[in-house]
Amino acid sequence: MNLPLIRRAHAPGAGTRLWDPEGVLVLALLLLLAAGILYPLLQVLSVAVAGDTGGFTLRHLVAFFRRPLFLESLLNTLATGFLAVLFGSMVGVPLAFLTVRHAFPGKAVLQTLGMLPLVIPPFVGAVAFQQILGRSGMVNLWLLETFGTTLPLMEGLTGVVLVQTLHYFPFIMVNTAAALAGVDPSLEEAAQNLGASGFRLFRRVLLPLALPGYAAGALITFIRVIDDLGTPLMLNYTKLLAPQAYLRVTTVGLTDVDGYVICVILVVLSVLALWGSKAALGLSEYAALQRSAEVEPRRLSGASALAAWLIAAALLGPALLPHVGIFLLSFSKVWSLSLLPTVYTLGNYEEILFRTTGFIWNTLRYALLAAAADVALGAAIAWLLLRGSVRGRGWLDVIATMPLAIPGVVLAVGYLRMFHGWNFPGLGEPLTATWLILVLAYAMRRLPYTVRSAYAALQQLPLALEEAAQNLGANRLRTFARVTAPLMARGLLAGGLIAFITSAVELSSTILLVPRIELGPLSYGIYVYMQSAVGRGPGAALGVVAIVLVGCGTWLAHRLAARGGAGSLFRL
Amino acid sequence: MSPKLSSEVRLEGVGKRYGEIWAVRDVTLTILPGEFFTLLGPSGCGKTTLLRMIAGFARPDAGRILVDGEPIDAVPPWKRDVGLVFQHYALWPHLTVYENVAFGLRERRLPRAEIAEKVSAALTQVGLEGLEARRPSQLSGGQQQRVALARTLAVQPRLLLLDEPLSNLDAQLRAQMRIELARLQRDLAITTIYVTHDQSEALALSNRVAVLQSGSVVEEGTPEDIYRRPRSRFAAEFVGAANLLPVQVVELRETGVLVEAVGGVRLPVPGDPVRWRTGARALLCLRPEALRIEEATLGRETGFFATVASRVFEGDRHIYEVKVGEGTLLRVELPALGEGRIFRLGDRVRVEFSAESAVLLPQS
Ligand SMILES: Nc1ncnc2c1ncn2[C@@H]1O[C@H](COP(=O)(O)OP(=O)(O)O)[C@@H](O)[C@H]1O
Ligand SMILES: [Mg+2]
Repeated sequence: MNLPLIRRAHAPGAGTRLWDPEGVLVLALLLLLAAGILYPLLQVLSVAVAGDTGGFTLRHLVAFFRRPLFLESLLNTLATGFLAVLFGSMVGVPLAFLTVRHAFPGKAVLQTLGMLPLVIPPFVGAVAFQQILGRSGMVNLWLLETFGTTLPLMEGLTGVVLVQTLHYFPFIMVNTAAALAGVDPSLEEAAQNLGASGFRLFRRVLLPLALPGYAAGALITFIRVIDDLGTPLMLNYTKLLAPQAYLRVTTVGLTDVDGYVICVILVVLSVLALWGSKAALGLSEYAALQRSAEVEPRRLSGASALAAWLIAAALLGPALLPHVGIFLLSFSKVWSLSLLPTVYTLGNYEEILFRTTGFIWNTLRYALLAAAADVALGAAIAWLLLRGSVRGRGWLDVIATMPLAIPGVVLAVGYLRMFHGWNFPGLGEPLTATWLILVLAYAMRRLPYTVRSAYAALQQLPLALEEAAQNLGANRLRTFARVTAPLMARGLLAGGLIAFITSAVELSSTILLVPRIELGPLSYGIYVYMQSAVGRGPGAALGVVAIVLVGCGTWLAHRLAARGGAGSLFRL
Repeated sequence: MSPKLSSEVRLEGVGKRYGEIWAVRDVTLTILPGEFFTLLGPSGCGKTTLLRMIAGFARPDAGRILVDGEPIDAVPPWKRDVGLVFQHYALWPHLTVYENVAFGLRERRLPRAEIAEKVSAALTQVGLEGLEARRPSQLSGGQQQRVALARTLAVQPRLLLLDEPLSNLDAQLRAQMRIELARLQRDLAITTIYVTHDQSEALALSNRVAVLQSGSVVEEGTPEDIYRRPRSRFAAEFVGAANLLPVQVVELRETGVLVEAVGGVRLPVPGDPVRWRTGARALLCLRPEALRIEEATLGRETGFFATVASRVFEGDRHIYEVKVGEGTLLRVELPALGEGRIFRLGDRVRVEFSAESAVLLPQS
């Protein structure tokens, strides 16, 4: 996220009063963000560096590097991040190149298919992959029958990397495609003119120019991968940092320093990656410096179009397997040690839609509340950043961006520590004992999306439209209500939808923060169902609900964003 | 629509600074009730900044602004009751024409029926009946301009500010809107501050004009004053075409001064003898239409000799360039009436002018 602070001529009338409403608003928002984001983070940090008697110590951090299990987890975490980026690039970059620079029948279909992996939450995908590629999944059963051998595709780290690669590569694809589309075609033509063509042209000209955009996509993928708690838990592989932090807190308890130290390491990794991606994007300006015209995409037909489709199918095919797997599983009564389910049923849907309805309703309630709060906060913060005049409002941007680099586990641990044993005023019990904590966590984690989309929407709005309203007698609040907000509506809604769908499938902090099982949302429900063999059917049915929810939301958000100026929603 | 009592505006030493640069500096002006006052100057001279300060969107860094004797610097824009028509119209795309025009009336909490009445009156005023249900994007540039005007007029502000309102229209529409604007302003008798970089608009529409240069007012007066008797080189050149002939003051007389131009020609011209001293270098401003050319053989002792360097026929007139002395070119416009003699390139001619039409200006 790159939000330059635009300085504007002051708003007259403000500043002459001792306290003005804008200053109060900035202060209130700063307090809220400090309490919801900064304070829990500081809690985690302070425990990690606090000595037994209170003073500052690095002893715990040093001790981290002496523990073989932790060291292994750190290396594994780095490995999953790097490998997911590497393999994700091998899938995403060719697809980006294929779709940006070539035109062929069915390209739009291909582009849509390319986004589908994002629609299935990674931990749901993990279950589906188990069913298809796991030890007793479809593929291995077939291999066993035919060749008498199996492939350990879903075992340990391999499984985690496989699932994450196939879930996250669209981030790399989308960012690379945007960067490629932004390369000045005259640079490419100049290179062709000098005799470079084909792969040499790609390697020597296009790749370096598209590199910053690609790097940003790769780094955001890295952040998400190391933050992902659901996938390793589903695959029962815990030698990674996020699951280790989770296990520490849930088994040893909130007083265990090691859990906090792991959290700090996670934050450091994320911050480094986020900083790297911002730096990379800063470099991208020279590539798009002077754009003269759109590149004419190369038309492919006949054999070459077929080749394009075959390449795309080979790259995309595996990523679309889990959709099929989860769909089959949701309708299966018995699917064990056989290629396909042996007994089909509607009972799984009956279970989640009519008997245990809490998961779905909880999800809708939490995610809607969080998204609504995010829309309001995002609009207010964007307005203050672009139209405000009070000093210190730049900090709103800084703090609201931080959740991008705070893993869900870390935020959850921070909340647990922060609210532990403190009866929240008006509730009579700690905030962490109520479902409100989930809404708070979702709202804070997804705030960057709405701030970003609101900012983009407001930035495109000519200032004169608001001044005209003031000129005709509308004060700043009325102007916001009658002109600014309606004109930002599409962008705001698009950001809100993204906040909604990503909250609806959030698991990293949910799993730590759910006070009681009946308060759990859909993602938690899937996790709980999947723990037992009989629960896999209903779990898969919930997974299908999640896919439908995310799919519709994404589609709608993109339609809104295309006309509302929210920019591409899956780019940094 | 009955006009409110229109207002008087006073700017007292108003200045606005952006960084190190004063976009507007030490502007002192009084605009009288009902007057059509124009701020004229090239792009970037601070016109918009001045209007924005009056409307309340920028705060003066020096001086103050008074409307009807009341300082308004502490009044927020929405309480100023000063109607600003934006250069790019700033119509709200999410509202219909009707809703755009009704906006300010709704802010004033008027009853629904009265709003409808005033909206339709304002739309009639600008000749836009029947388009109430359209969105701004479904209107032509000229129609958008009218909606913007109607939106402002509907609330009957005490002051009308127009920022280059015609600059986005094509030539034909511009001429038509110019006439309509003049009529509207006369009918409403509303104090109007009009901003433009087009001197012909300024001359045609205004009661008075202030010429701005780099944020300062260099000249102020009626259009005739500024055109006929500019007091600075900038105003002379910016308003209308001007021939500026370098001269030297050789003698101060009771009613004027005697100057010597290229080639030793001595010419008596009007000028305040107190402002000049003998030997001073100056510029003689001669409007092209105030010059005549005659055959060199004819004539008296006035004027000076020149050679025809170019001629362009523009239907109603001939535009000559004649060369005086060592390459000073003078522009001469002669009406193309049937009997007048037409000169050819290279002809030796005598340039004549009546002394009253010449203006002596300081050199810089
Ligand atoms: N918000 C601003 N920030 C910095 N400089 C400005 C701003 N607004 C205007 N200026 C500068 O002030 C000068 C006058 O601008 P303006 O009033 O828009 O001129 P005009 O309307 O006569 O073309 C210009 O040099 C312009 O660059
Ligand atoms: Mg301007």
